[in-house]
Amino acid sequence: MKKSVFFGALAATTLVAGMASAATIDDVKARGELLCGSSTGLTGFGAPDASGNWTGFDVDLCRAVAAAVLGDATKVKFVPLTGETRFTALQSGEVDLLARNSTWTMSRDSELALDFVAVNYYDGQGFMVKKDLGVSSAKELDGATVCIQTGTTTELNLADFFKQNNITYQPVNVADDNEAQSQYVAGACDAYTTDASGLAASRATLPDAENHIILPEIISKEPLGPVVRHGDNNWGDIVRWTYYALLIAEEKGITQANVEEVLASTTDEEVKRLLGASGDMGVKIGLDNAAFKNAILAVGNYGEIFARNIGEGTSINLARGLNALWTQGGLQYAPPFR
Amino acid sequence: MTMINAAPRDDFRLSMLIYDTRYRAITIQLFVLALVLAAIWWLGSNLQANLEAKGRPLSFEFLWSRAGYDIGQTFIPYTSDSTHFRAMLVGLLNTLVLALLGCFFATIIGVIVGVLRLSKNWLVALLTSIYVEIFRNIPLLLWILVIFVPLYEMTPAPNAFKVTDEMIASGTEPAASMILGGTVAVTNRGTYIPGFLFDRGFEAGWMTALAIFLVIGGSLAAHLTLTARARRVQEATGVRPTTWWKSLIVLFAPLALLLWSLGFHLDIPQPPTRFNFEGGVVVQNPFVAMLIALSLYTGAFIAEIVRAGIQSVSRGQTEAAFALGLRPNRTMNLVILPQALRVIIPPLISQFLNLTKNTSLGIAASYADLRGTLGGVTLNQTGREVEAMLLMMLIYLSISLIISSLMNVYNRSVQLKER
Repeated sequence: MKKSVFFGALAATTLVAGMASAATIDDVKARGELLCGSSTGLTGFGAPDASGNWTGFDVDLCRAVAAAVLGDATKVKFVPLTGETRFTALQSGEVDLLARNSTWTMSRDSELALDFVAVNYYDGQGFMVKKDLGVSSAKELDGATVCIQTGTTTELNLADFFKQNNITYQPVNVADDNEAQSQYVAGACDAYTTDASGLAASRATLPDAENHIILPEIISKEPLGPVVRHGDNNWGDIVRWTYYALLIAEEKGITQANVEEVLASTTDEEVKRLLGASGDMGVKIGLDNAAFKNAILAVGNYGEIFARNIGEGTSINLARGLNALWTQGGLQYAPPFR
Repeated sequence: MTMINAAPRDDFRLSMLIYDTRYRAITIQLFVLALVLAAIWWLGSNLQANLEAKGRPLSFEFLWSRAGYDIGQTFIPYTSDSTHFRAMLVGLLNTLVLALLGCFFATIIGVIVGVLRLSKNWLVALLTSIYVEIFRNIPLLLWILVIFVPLYEMTPAPNAFKVTDEMIASGTEPAASMILGGTVAVTNRGTYIPGFLFDRGFEAGWMTALAIFLVIGGSLAAHLTLTARARRVQEATGVRPTTWWKSLIVLFAPLALLLWSLGFHLDIPQPPTRFNFEGGVVVQNPFVAMLIALSLYTGAFIAEIVRAGIQSVSRGQTEAAFALGLRPNRTMNLVILPQALRVIIPPLISQFLNLTKNTSLGIAASYADLRGTLGGVTLNQTGREVEAMLLMMLIYLSISLIISSLMNVYNRSVQLKER
């Protein structure tokens, strides 16, 4: 019995590994649906709303890719994945694309055989504490108990930060964000650490948000972005250029509302190429020429996605900061579309 | 009688491998063995080929690289600079400690409840049945959550114990206070209990422990010789010499003397000045929750096994024992339980194995067991799923085999000796 289970597991591994090799775009087109690995529920970035519709910053990227590839932004199936299961799910072909605030690191790029195709959010790791703790800097957290989501880069940054500053802490490794948050709220940990954007999202959902502060230290670089399997370069190009199309749209002032209008009136060659009016940029990567126009029509440009889900005025209330366009002093920069 | 042997032996034909019952069994076994080996080879080479195609051949090198993460509960020294191998050991020890204590408490709960289920007292029998049915029929994962969440939601945070200067000045009491004469604090992170401190202990901690261990062992041996001598005197003269005060002295005086000379005192946890209690020993809530959940859950199964064992001993045995004049508790100890054990031990082994394997649900309560370190963080940070999974399967398999072989040895010793 033990033997058969053992080999069953091996068999499953081998079968799954075999499946992952076909071209992703053919799979998606044949299925008529994009499988998008998403968060298990992080308000603003990816979470189902009250009626079960997924919304969020990462979710909109998946919708844009679905609109570009299938011409329909609703043909996405969101697969909630924890920090621990996300990369395995992508490697094994359970999802086509992972858009789940995952940090781009070298070892993930190489050892995990994944490709990070872009950075849709420049983030850094921070700490949230209760105001009445009287802490104003992360360096004052000597001896504190800290909740972390297990299986993330945060776990490693945290260990490094405390070691570098010669202070100690007691880690509580929790399986997912919600669980970590509820332990933090109950006071089972003094501090909760994750990416600053995630902290802002968590804080927004707390009933007494004003009693919690996010400490000023940002202890790491966390470039978050969509991930695809290594080896399927065409699929990587599709996701990358769909994302850049959204960026260029913002740069050129193309919005969800004025796409058709711009298309009819523009004299800018790059905009014409982007919207499929000239050249065959879409066809070059196996899509329609109207693919990027469809993406913008479906979710709007990068700025619109940001403002709608996590920008100032929403409950998450994040400033553009590093994520402003390069023309406005940020880091978001798309290569030329030609 | 000679007809069977009379078959001619010299004209062996190949078809006899299938049609002759003497050879058919062997043929079939060899055929199945070949099939199994072929399947193993096929799966193994498939795995190898696919992993290589993905550019990630099977390798256990990652075990020797720096782990880089911290673990909440460690029984051996461990920092983020240690290797993944050591992180695995930390997890393994956490698993083993939880499994051992879990088996211990589950057995105690199981035996008590199993006996009580047969009680003639209607209420006791009913309550124990309710316990058994509730715990047996609800998944363990839910029990872990049901026990873990209140542990951190309903107990005070360490901060609540804090006493500040302003509070002393205004005469307000802290929101929570320590129990058992101010030595134990139950918080939402864990229970802080007093630790042992030695002012004049040996340089090495283990030597202090060894000295204490030796003295206790010596005391016990002296006590045993004392009672053995008393028994001899009693058998020879019929009068048993008084031994109780000698026993007391022999048992406790040397230990007290040793502890005094080592400068022993309790390290009572102090309410936090910053975040957590200082001093003392902390038993963390994840561990407590896992231990309670595993013991209660498995205890319910063991209770049924114990009840079945007791009921398997025929009523005649009890009546015969009573007829011989044995009192009820001696009947239970000398007649019923030894016979019931033969029925109880084999299913008990599988309950112990279940409990050990169920420790792998630890992540539900943030408990860093083997699944949490090797199969969780290490697997995730290094991306070596296949290797980590194989290693974990191997380790759980070895633990289970060791437990079951030990229990089988014990089982053999309590089995009916037929001569």
